[in-house]
Amino acid sequence: MTENAKPKLAMYWASSCGGCEISILNIHEKILIVDEVFDIAFFPCIADFKTKDVKGYPDGYIDVCLFNGAIRNSENEEMAHLLRQKSKVLVAYGSCSYEGCIPALSNLTTKQATLDTVFLDNPTIDNPEGILPQPRYEVPEGELELPVFYNTVKSLDQVVDVDYYLPGCPPEPPQIWAVLEIVVAALLEGAPLPPKGAIVGARDVAVCEECPLEKHEKTINRFYRPYEIIPEPGLCLLEQGLVCVGPATRAGCGALCPQVGMSCRGCYGPLDDVEDQGAKMLSAIASVIGVGDPSMEEDELEREIQAVVDTIPDPAGTFYRFSMAHSLLRRANLNGGNGKGEAK
Amino acid sequence: MNKQFEPVIVGFLCNWCSYRAADLAGTARIHYAPNMRPIRVMCSGRVDPQFVLKALREGADGVMIAGCHPGECHYVEGNIKTLRRFILLKKMLAQLGIEDERVQLIWASASEGIILAEAVNRMTEQIRALGPLNWQEKVLGGGNGHGHPAVIEPAQEAEEVLYD
Ligand code: SF4
Ligand code: SF4
Ligand code: SF4
Repeated sequence: MTENAKPKLAMYWASSCGGCEISILNIHEKILIVDEVFDIAFFPCIADFKTKDVKGYPDGYIDVCLFNGAIRNSENEEMAHLLRQKSKVLVAYGSCSYEGCIPALSNLTTKQATLDTVFLDNPTIDNPEGILPQPRYEVPEGELELPVFYNTVKSLDQVVDVDYYLPGCPPEPPQIWAVLEIVVAALLEGAPLPPKGAIVGARDVAVCEECPLEKHEKTINRFYRPYEIIPEPGLCLLEQGLVCVGPATRAGCGALCPQVGMSCRGCYGPLDDVEDQGAKMLSAIASVIGVGDPSMEEDELEREIQAVVDTIPDPAGTFYRFSMAHSLLRRANLNGGNGKGEAK
Repeated sequence: MNKQFEPVIVGFLCNWCSYRAADLAGTARIHYAPNMRPIRVMCSGRVDPQFVLKALREGADGVMIAGCHPGECHYVEGNIKTLRRFILLKKMLAQLGIEDERVQLIWASASEGIILAEAVNRMTEQIRALGPLNWQEKVLGGGNGHGHPAVIEPAQEAEEVLYD
């Protein structure tokens, strides 16, 4: 097979942490198979390509583009459009690209507040003139441009058409490999691809289903943050009062986190037919609250339940840790309320 | 020309108490604000928080959940579950910048048509004072953004938010 006949692979990072690129390397020696099968057409993390190289490709030149990272600024959005145009199959790779992930938590606040924190208010900042990044800036040599920082972080499918989703923060190596195998079989042997829009490399059951910890009936009188208790080994963490998002999260990772005593954070996103992972998790948490019975007076009932709820300091940030951009409301309302993501 | 803002309130009323309270308010010819659009559910405990969020996103200015008083639930504890969920939901909605008055839980038994009517009147006035929520336009700026949404024009936001 000549070099040019190999299918072309691209991987790009938008608003991301770099973990997704590393996760590809996590497939260990199988990376050699990837190299054997594919020609890398664009992969800024590991190979020296420029955007202008991509612009020079004919449309659809790239067979598979793994796009990770959320859409946080105008450059991310332009790259999403460019790579969509140049790719046959565009995969939203990882939670940021699929549903916003950590970057989209800033949808609970404003762009201004984010910039203020990063450039002005943090204790370690020394910026006496209060300089903020400007999209355009005149210097003697000419005009400099920076991408425009958006107020609302979006998922990839909120700016371009997406073929497949690979959930996880980052996706787990066996799942990545399973997906690459499907793609390779399709490209080399003409095997069928999954239906467009499919969530690949995951299952349609909850993380609890894969979690080996022992489960009993749950009645919680207060919740704990991870640093507040050392959980009993072998026992369901939610039962012990740790907020575990496993009941509202798609399995696929093999319940990695609860097995080592850290509650599931929810990184594989919601199950099929769930529109809003946060709302589902909210219901699951409310249903394990053990206080309140029908014989109580109405205000006593409210007081007791409120006291338990108050042990969850940041419900929105906890239940939507990965899915804010894909949630029903998508962001906080800044016109009314506090709009700062602060729980009362 | 100043037309008064008429809030749209989506009401989830339980079959056994609050929907009957609304019925009674009707047959007793109690006059109250026509702003609540009732939806009958078997129990207030059936109200998935997704229903509330969806109503707010799709254009409601407020959501009322109404059920039997604690201790009077047809399913014994359905409304206690509602209350647990509601208290947690309220805390989360505050983080999302949704004013307290926009989502309310009330108890009204089948004989309390007047209580239901008064709650609807009170809530209508409270939300009228707050003004329209209009999530699609005011918060999302017209972009849909759920699931596989209509593709948003490139750099649409860039133009809107270029900081000057
Ligand atoms: S999904 Fe997770 S690992 Fe991947 S870029 Fe986002 S934050 Fe990093
Ligand atoms: S620890 Fe978490 S994932 Fe495991 S069973 Fe309990 S709730 Fe489910
Ligand atoms: S247990 Fe939860 S947070 Fe951990 S990897 Fe699996 S889905 Fe992600």
